[in-house]
Amino acid sequence: MNLSMKWLSDYVDVDGISPRQFAEAMTMSGSKVEGWDTEGSEIKNVVVGHLLEVVPHPDSDHLVICQVDVGAQSPIQIVTGAQNVKAGDWVPVALHDSYLPGGVHIKKGKLRGVESNGMLCSLSELGLTTHDFPYAIEDGIFLLEEPDLKVGQDIHEAIGLNDTCVEFEITSNRPDCLSITGLAREAAATFQKPLRLPVPQVEKTSDDIHQHLKVEVTAPDLCPRYVARMVKNIKVEPSPRWMRERLRACGVRPINNIVDITNYVMLEYGQPMHAFDHRFVAGGKIVVRRANEGEELETLDGIVRKLTPDMLVIADVEKPTAVAGVMGGEYSGIADDTNTIVFESACFNGPSVRITAKNLGMRTEASGRFEKQLDPATCIPAVERACQLVELLGAGEVIGGMIDVDNSDKTERRIPLEADWINRFIGIDLSKEEMCQILTRLECKIDGDVVIPPSFRSDLEHKADIAEEIARFYGYDKIPTTAIRGTADGQYTTEQKFQHSVNSILQAQGLYEVSTYSFISPKYYDKIRLPQDSLYRNSVVISNPLGEDTSVMRTTTLPSMLEVLSRNYNNRNKSAALYEVGTVYLPQEGKELPDERAVITLGMYGEGHDFFSLKGIVETLLNRLNIKGYSFSACSTHPSFHPGRCAEIYVGDAKVGMIGEAHPTVAENYAIGTRAYIAYLDMGLLLANAAPESGYHPLPKFPASTRDLALICDDETPVAVLENAIREGVGKILEDVSLFDVYRGAQVAQGKKSVAYSLTMRAADRTLTDEEADAAVKRALKALDKVGAQLRS
Amino acid sequence: MLNALQNIKEQAAQALAQVSDPKALEELRVKYLGKKGELTGILKQMGKLSAEERPKVGAFANEVRASIEALIEEKAAALKAALQEQKLKAERLDVTMPGKAAPMGKPHPLSKVLDEVGEIFLGMGFSIVEGPEVELDYYNFEALNIPKNHPARDTQDTFYITENVLLRTQTSPVQVRTMEKQKPPIRVIAPGRVYRSDAVDATHSPLFHQIEGLVVDKGVTMADLKGTLEMFTKRLYGEDSVVRFRPHHFPFTEPSAEMDVQCFSCHGEGCRLCKGEGWIELLGCGMVHPKVLSNCGIDPEEYSGFAFGIGLERLVMRRYNIDDLRLFYENDLRFLDQF
Repeated sequence: MNLSMKWLSDYVDVDGISPRQFAEAMTMSGSKVEGWDTEGSEIKNVVVGHLLEVVPHPDSDHLVICQVDVGAQSPIQIVTGAQNVKAGDWVPVALHDSYLPGGVHIKKGKLRGVESNGMLCSLSELGLTTHDFPYAIEDGIFLLEEPDLKVGQDIHEAIGLNDTCVEFEITSNRPDCLSITGLAREAAATFQKPLRLPVPQVEKTSDDIHQHLKVEVTAPDLCPRYVARMVKNIKVEPSPRWMRERLRACGVRPINNIVDITNYVMLEYGQPMHAFDHRFVAGGKIVVRRANEGEELETLDGIVRKLTPDMLVIADVEKPTAVAGVMGGEYSGIADDTNTIVFESACFNGPSVRITAKNLGMRTEASGRFEKQLDPATCIPAVERACQLVELLGAGEVIGGMIDVDNSDKTERRIPLEADWINRFIGIDLSKEEMCQILTRLECKIDGDVVIPPSFRSDLEHKADIAEEIARFYGYDKIPTTAIRGTADGQYTTEQKFQHSVNSILQAQGLYEVSTYSFISPKYYDKIRLPQDSLYRNSVVISNPLGEDTSVMRTTTLPSMLEVLSRNYNNRNKSAALYEVGTVYLPQEGKELPDERAVITLGMYGEGHDFFSLKGIVETLLNRLNIKGYSFSACSTHPSFHPGRCAEIYVGDAKVGMIGEAHPTVAENYAIGTRAYIAYLDMGLLLANAAPESGYHPLPKFPASTRDLALICDDETPVAVLENAIREGVGKILEDVSLFDVYRGAQVAQGKKSVAYSLTMRAADRTLTDEEADAAVKRALKALDKVGAQLRS
Repeated sequence: MLNALQNIKEQAAQALAQVSDPKALEELRVKYLGKKGELTGILKQMGKLSAEERPKVGAFANEVRASIEALIEEKAAALKAALQEQKLKAERLDVTMPGKAAPMGKPHPLSKVLDEVGEIFLGMGFSIVEGPEVELDYYNFEALNIPKNHPARDTQDTFYITENVLLRTQTSPVQVRTMEKQKPPIRVIAPGRVYRSDAVDATHSPLFHQIEGLVVDKGVTMADLKGTLEMFTKRLYGEDSVVRFRPHHFPFTEPSAEMDVQCFSCHGEGCRLCKGEGWIELLGCGMVHPKVLSNCGIDPEEYSGFAFGIGLERLVMRRYNIDDLRLFYENDLRFLDQF
């Protein structure tokens, strides 16, 4: 909402308050100021000049030399290229050392050898258009036709370019403040100045509206009030300067007197007005009704709209002429030969207007206001003001009488005034009298312990609303600051602590945390090679997405991680090690909301990163999270991974995740030109399987015995099988078994490999004898033999 | 014999003075103090002495032994020190050569600041709660006093799944879920992802993070709201931070406010950073609307509360002077490595 300070000062005295002071005080009382602009503030040292003489330039056929009276002792000489000037014209003159919009600096100089002491200005050079001054021309010098021009007069004063426009951000609960009068009320209460709101009245009328027009409202639920007045013998012409200036200051383009009056009243009262040609009201009757199935209407913007029965229309006896509260029809608009018009000032049901505008895809200035639910009581003063302006502008003859179909609810809202409760709620100490003073300033009536808000304050319903009114005019800045009383124990939950551990463990191993979008494109499931019948293609789908790329909630984090790896790879980052604790959204049969599961996803590529470095990180993560009994089981069927370099991760029997090298086709789909490694783990399952903290183990008192074993087995045999055999064979005294060499080549037979282990054995209660250690190794070899591994000879 | 002892003492002192390596020192020790050494040789002749002479010679012999031992020890220490010095000199490193770094990752800047915020509130007795991102219309809007077709819905362009299910546009639904589950006193923050149908540019993202806060108890006032949020701001941005509260409107709080922090750059004068206003909007807040309390089964006559919502991205961008929100979700390592 843009406010003209000149317009505001009609209703409240704001003289002597600077724009900055005004903005700050209004912001602090609840009307947020976004900024302000003083018209023509960039124009300096431009005055009114009177052309005394215009002669051709001796050395040019398009330049002329002007002698201009600018109120100085003698006329000044200015050379111009404009063709539309002649002696006797009044013009804006940018003197030597003057400034124009856009930072243009004018200095004296010579044009083709002739001295020029400034510049004659066009409309656009002053930052204006023909909407501001309809009598002027677009290209050429702005020939002033204003009354009472004086030579040397400052141009701001001469053409009324001296208003300040303040821009407000008005919240959706205060549609009354989308108007000059609404802001005047707030300003009067803020600065504690009297409010001067005259009641508009029409002086002279003839004829009677009831002879020409009938109004029937068949949907009173959607139209609480419909008011109409008429004007005949209208003369469509440009509005006077003062009206154009004010519209311009509020950001509205002047059109003609009738349209300008409706806009002027809308800005002044916040009440959208509609003017239409009485000729086109078939049957002389306006019917406010729900649209019929299949009805159509061509709106003012020239588009034919299909209407539905939940939409309210303004119709005559034959057809709809306007979509109520949204837009008028093309057919009934004001034309050059219009003689008699109807002013409609109505109040419609807010939600209904909102749905209609949304469904028709045309939000207008009017619908934006109506949908916030306007005050039915404003209909009358608004239409009276419109007629008063018609009279004032001589734009037509106002017809006597008014039609007012009023179905509005006039029940007073009565809100308890509980001073003690308000003081306790806000944390202040005001007397009831002080509160009443504030409320009275806001035009509330006080009836004992009850507040009756004015009709235009539909936002005041509850005693908390009254508390806010008290607080904002007492001053939010004056409310003390206190600490919350009572004690409370703030602590992380088990899940939060677990996630913090995950973060520290992964960061300590060199992984950077990333953050990716939760929504993806369904096409990404193709990019990670999910089969068409994969369960993971069943996603939560956004019905109104911004685009396909963000249209479904991910069921897997693989595409997100691959995309980040790809971006880093293609941004020429040599290597990357990343992780994210992100959410996947799994639809649940028979439930409205999906299962939102936290997934830890790890991804890496580049030097130093391979399958086993990633596996090492995962193992360290599992160990540090105190997860016992995990295992990795080769998997060649996951479509996103390399079939020979992929494993399922188990904790006991529960599958908690996957690890592997990205399938070459997947890497190619993501334009990653190197091997990429990815693992993911379900955080909830890990937490469920994390062992509680264990107690302390005493340090060993007896020495350990060590034995190294070099084994030969089939190349295909996984080493995990050998390790399990050793554990099984040695039994309880095995403290540690570690793989230290794997060899394939000339020294071993084709299809075989040599695997070397170091065993550490220890008993808690005695020193193991060599015989015991050897016996244990024998048991291990026996178990190894069963899985096809023998001691290397 | 006394003379002989005197001679040994002097010779030994002389010889020791010239020793320059541990081996020679050991040889001298053997020569003078060894079983077959000179001093022992003399002492072996003690038997030949008279009873009067014996204690005198004995005492002197001990004195000579002690003095030679002391000299040897002294010399040994000196030699060891010299040797060590030589070794240290040889082992000198060019300490300006680069260190060998162990790889260490970093938290995402959003997590880093969120953790800090979490700890500030934890210190004030708040717990941290979470709620679903795919949410029911009821929790996101209806229960928060925003019925269908309320104009406030326009300011939060919503992604819908079905008519009743949506991507939450704010973390405020967690307020409702918390109040349904937990009776007062309540003191929680609820950080998380929220979604709005805004096209991506430098300051907009269809996905961003909010931190919701909720306090409900007997006798909670708007002054408590001001005190809590002012303290939070001072903890996050420094004790000299200045804040202001100005009236605003949210359907689920009444009175409502927005909190601005005085521009760090111009201290309220108005500059480019704060777009000339002197203040930077930081968060929205207010007293929980009595209707919302009632919707959650809490008696507004008995309890009151306040709530607030902070935009995490905005907080982080302000903190590190980041001017493009897209960087957070691009995850380029050259960006991530800066925090």
